[in-house]
Amino acid sequence: MTRIGSSTAPTIVDRPLGGVGESVIRPDGTPKVSGSFAYGSDLFVAGMLWGRTVRSPHPHARIRSIDIAEALATPGVHAILLAADVPGKPTYGLEFADQPVLASDVVRFVGEPVAIVAGEHPEIARRAAERIRVEYEVLEPVVDMERALDPEAPAIHPFGNVLRHVHIVHGDPGAEADVWVEGYYETGMQDQAALGPEAGIAIPAEDGGVDLHVTTQWLHVDRKQIAPCLGMPEEQVRVHLAGVGGAFGSREDLHLHIHACMLALHTGKPVKMSYDRAESFLGHVHRHPSRMWMRHGATRDGKLVNVSVRLLVDGGAYASSSTAVIANASTFACGPYEVPNASIDGTALYTNNPPCGAMRGFGAPQVCFGHEAQMDKLAAALSMDPIELRLKNLLRQGSTMPTGQVIEGSAPVEEVVLRCLAIPEPIEEPAAARDPIELPGGAGNVGRGESVRRGVGFAVGYKNLAYSEGFDDSSEARVTIQAIAGAPTVHVRCAAAEVGQGVHSLLAQIARTELGIRDVVVLPADTTAVGSAGSSSASRQTMMSGGAVHAASVAAREALLARVRRALVIGDDQPVSIEDGRVVVDGLPVADVEDHLDPPVQATRVYHHRPTSAFDERGQGDVHVALAFAAERAVVEVDVDLGLVRVVQVAAAQEVGKAMNLQAVTGQIEGGTAQGLGLALMEELLVEGGELRNASFTDYLLPTILDMPPVVSEVIEDPEPGVPYGAKGVGEPSTIVATAAIVAAVRNATGRALNHAPVRPDDLVGLREPRPWRAPPPNPDVPFQVAVPAQHGVAAVQEHVTDEDA
Amino acid sequence: MLVRAIVNGREREADVWEGSSLLAMLRDELELPGSKNACEQGECGSCSVWLDGDLVCSCLVLAAQANNREVKTVEGLGTVDELDAVQQAFLEAGAVQCGFCTPGLVVTVSDLLASDPHPSVATVREALSGNLCRCTGYQKILDAVALAAARIGGSG
Repeated sequence: MTRIGSSTAPTIVDRPLGGVGESVIRPDGTPKVSGSFAYGSDLFVAGMLWGRTVRSPHPHARIRSIDIAEALATPGVHAILLAADVPGKPTYGLEFADQPVLASDVVRFVGEPVAIVAGEHPEIARRAAERIRVEYEVLEPVVDMERALDPEAPAIHPFGNVLRHVHIVHGDPGAEADVWVEGYYETGMQDQAALGPEAGIAIPAEDGGVDLHVTTQWLHVDRKQIAPCLGMPEEQVRVHLAGVGGAFGSREDLHLHIHACMLALHTGKPVKMSYDRAESFLGHVHRHPSRMWMRHGATRDGKLVNVSVRLLVDGGAYASSSTAVIANASTFACGPYEVPNASIDGTALYTNNPPCGAMRGFGAPQVCFGHEAQMDKLAAALSMDPIELRLKNLLRQGSTMPTGQVIEGSAPVEEVVLRCLAIPEPIEEPAAARDPIELPGGAGNVGRGESVRRGVGFAVGYKNLAYSEGFDDSSEARVTIQAIAGAPTVHVRCAAAEVGQGVHSLLAQIARTELGIRDVVVLPADTTAVGSAGSSSASRQTMMSGGAVHAASVAAREALLARVRRALVIGDDQPVSIEDGRVVVDGLPVADVEDHLDPPVQATRVYHHRPTSAFDERGQGDVHVALAFAAERAVVEVDVDLGLVRVVQVAAAQEVGKAMNLQAVTGQIEGGTAQGLGLALMEELLVEGGELRNASFTDYLLPTILDMPPVVSEVIEDPEPGVPYGAKGVGEPSTIVATAAIVAAVRNATGRALNHAPVRPDDLVGLREPRPWRAPPPNPDVPFQVAVPAQHGVAAVQEHVTDEDA
Repeated sequence: MLVRAIVNGREREADVWEGSSLLAMLRDELELPGSKNACEQGECGSCSVWLDGDLVCSCLVLAAQANNREVKTVEGLGTVDELDAVQQAFLEAGAVQCGFCTPGLVVTVSDLLASDPHPSVATVREALSGNLCRCTGYQKILDAVALAAARIGGSG
């Protein structure tokens, strides 16, 4: 096992070839710093129209009538389309097609699209949208997840309000323990808040089809959903990746895709749509709010014996990926610990709140907040050091998870914990002498530091890589080696969505390393030239699309070397390789590669991860492909009079298998920590009566540069067996642990039993008490494990994507 | 209404809607989309430009207010073929992920270093507190500023 530190590393790094292990400069970096990179909202086509969406103001209502006459008479308006104008299937969805393209009879959340408008100018479209008269019959909304669980509550969908109930029983859930602690925890609804808004442009094509350039995380699953709604074969819907200004899960679901295509096909003109910030909050899913009841039992000497968890997540009005989120949250609910006996019941519910789906961590940050608070509570009950308690119980390679899955991959969890704790804590500086911006609350702190208390908190957590439960989310890549202007050049075709994480850098690094050729171009991603790459989510592209490019590069290299051997009459016993564009035999360069590239060499490969299985009726199964672990220690200062918090330092340790690009890895750790800090201290979408109350960056606060402490990273390399380079994805683990660690530090500083994330000033000065414990709700009367919509004939979407393309 | 302004050293004019922001004029009328539209209410700094040499959020300035004035945007700094020191530092320090905040940060950092070539970390943090970045956690942005300051200071 090798270890490499990071944050103290020099800023400038050597980049000899641009291969694996180097901190390469990202190929899209130059256009991004110069302002010339074309994001979805920057696209422009001569003669284009601007699209606009009319959305429901009610969380639950029946549409009585829609009058578009006045709006349609607005000069410059070219089209107003309603549900009846949807050419094909009326509904779509990322996993289950339960969401109307445009609401026809009932609206189920505030912000649900009802009508779409195309006009010659954004202002014309906006004014026309305001002139559309929709008459609603307001229905009783269900805006609380426990209310949704009540069989007496109004049914939001014909089959009820339960999306999925995951039931995991492991060992003997009745096992006795010496010491028990119980706790109730909540996390709020978080927004991904990618800075780039949802945007795209649909261009009608001569073949009657449409080209859509759009911000997304998975082109092929978009096409799978769009084409049936347009009533078209998939090949007539060509989806192209527009520049993506961040994603974090918010672009897994469709946003304006079908709307822009409908308007373009109807008018025969290109149609651009670009949400403003307020509409962006309405137009994408959020992180699920959660409620967690946890009971932990241990022996007197600190070995976990039995854990029971009851978990609810609010899926909002439509399914999105809630069925997968609740599965993840349930499987990780006991934390990265060996727990011989466990019972876990997780329910995802429909409500009339905004739909929730994927966000970085995908169910794991919520339960990490709960299980790590429980471990601290248990340590206190045992009068034991909380780190010592964790070290006694950590998972390791060969351990059995509560799902019965035996961890066969790398799991250097103890190493992660110890490396994190070895990072020096910052020296405590007297508050009184500081620049005010160094006080909790910064310049807004009106005190002199007399009430500042320091606290330290710790959390460890984990996350699955790629899709689980038997899903085959393969990735395809094509590698072509050709001579361009007399130099060997590699073209990489892969539909992996570059959303800012740097996957295009990574794919180029792999091609360079495997082919020994410096000039590598990752071609634009679309659905026409290559098969599905799967989603840029679940920390999966390093393994999956990296794996596909690795396999295609190896195949192309072998084909090229076979050609070179024939041409140069090199015996099979002589080693031949390509190094920096030269053919090397027995260590000596003998020829230029470009002399052997007529015709070009090409290889296409599909990468599949190892197969997994579904849950059985007791929630047991080999459900996850691979795991990645992280730990963070947070040092905070709290002004206990003012309820203000300053995070002084976050010490982060993460195991990554192999650091493919250390600068990008630490960038993910630092950025992921920032989002976890947001959920710990400030980020929460306030939903009252189904309505978002803070849908702007004025009211929904994101961490600024003043809120972020130094993040000191330790990166641990312990290769994952069976995976190219042993590399694991790195995007999510830091987000998972940051929230738990920071809130633990605030508890430590204040002595308050904080059980809701984010922590608000009110919680710290006694104006709001912790949420009280109450009995957990009963399990719903649905079959365990299965997705309820699927049982009632709502078509599943994703599972077809890779079947065809694999 | 017709707005005339010197934009990045060139005389430009645009026929805009009366309520148009300077940001919308730059992006939709003058084909200068480098200034970004992330919040459009002055919270994120992605649309930062100079108006007569002052750093402003172009989303909060009416296009009409730019009439007969000088505007400089990120496109008025280095080019793809010849990045300036701040842009180059962002690239090398890994301060760019999705990049949507980057043009605004490049402009803001350039403004800071023009008035204070050797800013302290606290000064940098205060100066950049109006620029939101959702990807990086800001650490590599601080690295980039330090790198740019060292290079500019070194050469000047």
